[in-house]
Amino acid sequence: MSRAIRDVLDDLRRTPLLSALSVTTIAFSLFALGLFGLVALNIRQALDKLEDRVEIRAFVAPGTTPEDVGQAAGDVASFPEVQSATIVTPEMALKRAQSELGEFRDVFEGAVLPGSIDVRLKPGQRDPATVKKVAERVKTFSFVDDVRYGEEWIEKLYRLRNIAGIAGLVLGFAFAIVSVIIIGATIRMAVLARSREISIMRLVGATDSYIRRPFLLEGFAKGVMGGLLALVLTWVAQTLINRYVIETVFFTTQVAVLGLLFGALIGLLGSAVSVGRHLRRV
Amino acid sequence: MIRFTRVSKSYPKTGTAVHDVSLQVNKGEFVFLTGASGAGKSTLLKMIYMEERPTTGEVRVAGTSSVNATSRDVAKLRRKLGIVFQDFRLLEHRTIEQNVGFALEVIGASAAVIGGKVARVLTQVGLAAKGRALPRELSGGEQQRAAIARALVNDPFALIADEPTGNLDDRATRGIFQLLREINAQGTSIIMATHNLELIRRNEFRTIEMARGQVVFDSAEPALPGTRTP
Repeated sequence: MSRAIRDVLDDLRRTPLLSALSVTTIAFSLFALGLFGLVALNIRQALDKLEDRVEIRAFVAPGTTPEDVGQAAGDVASFPEVQSATIVTPEMALKRAQSELGEFRDVFEGAVLPGSIDVRLKPGQRDPATVKKVAERVKTFSFVDDVRYGEEWIEKLYRLRNIAGIAGLVLGFAFAIVSVIIIGATIRMAVLARSREISIMRLVGATDSYIRRPFLLEGFAKGVMGGLLALVLTWVAQTLINRYVIETVFFTTQVAVLGLLFGALIGLLGSAVSVGRHLRRV
Repeated sequence: MIRFTRVSKSYPKTGTAVHDVSLQVNKGEFVFLTGASGAGKSTLLKMIYMEERPTTGEVRVAGTSSVNATSRDVAKLRRKLGIVFQDFRLLEHRTIEQNVGFALEVIGASAAVIGGKVARVLTQVGLAAKGRALPRELSGGEQQRAAIARALVNDPFALIADEPTGNLDDRATRGIFQLLREINAQGTSIIMATHNLELIRRNEFRTIEMARGQVVFDSAEPALPGTRTP
């Protein structure tokens, strides 16, 4: 292994331009992937925030006793899909309307709004079918006048989410494939630059695994360096977007580390494929 | 030690390179392999170090058969052979010492072993004083000596030389040939492909002549009808 490390360092020293080109190409391929990942992440976050607002509001008929409402809220809260069921009295409903619609404050003077049980669903249970199912169950309480949950926008939200998910997968896969191809070609250049050395190594009795080792190590190192550079570029891009365009979120540490590992893996695979093909040909 | 049994080799694009060759090279022999360009000499040599495998027939070298040798077997076989080319094939960015040591390095020899063996073979080929030089700082003859040193450093039982004097002037040719004779005198078989008929005539070594992929003359065999002396 020490020989392989020495070979990698020798090669980086001997062909600094080619090595820098390899690392930069890997970095820009991963940067494109990183930018795409950032967009996908932020779209997902935005959709999650919207989804977080999914709520079923069951309006309680006037004259219903607080005990009945409390009992019903407890029952609803025990549904497996439900995260919380909050009782909103007519007074609370009025206050909420006045604070949410401040400019129409006067309209609500002396108005009487119906009380309600506001039901929030657990994450993962906010799809249109589940929301509808829970709403229908809530509706079965005799004192529930009406149930509203924005059926139409929930369906739109989910359609958008599905489209975003599929587009994310397809585009992410395409970006990853393009990255692998570009990185493979870059590493192939490094392999070709050393083809004479490889042929001599074979002539003097080096095994294929011995020949492969420094290339794999080099691919791994270039992948990590490219990944690091891509991470820095993505961070700079996100900071600029935050400052001048829109507030966005960055990858978590785990995702960033995964990105680096992905770079290293691509470097390793690109090297393995390139040197393997070369060894089969010579 | 090296045996060709009814060996043929053909390529999809260029057709037959070697046709139905059977021959044997014994331990310690010096063999000239001659013939016009395209006669099949290089293909024959490549089949000895298994760079090429026969299309039909079998090449057997020191117990390794072309029929079933794996890439690892081939690597091991090449550690027991020395191979020298017309274009030297030295690594330009490495010194002569490093080029020679490279053959030991790839088989995992320790630095101490490499140092000792490299010094010995460089002395043997007359390059003891040029170990730190880069190939481009040496003459053609010296570069070929360095290539021979690299081929010898593993103590091979046979040295395969494909036109080793093809790029050299007369004086350097004589020097390299003398060196090959000395190596042969120490028991290493030499199989040398050459166009240099003068060299062949002046030396009483076994000569194999090839034409159109076939052996048309072998001084070790009784003369065949229709064959001639090179």
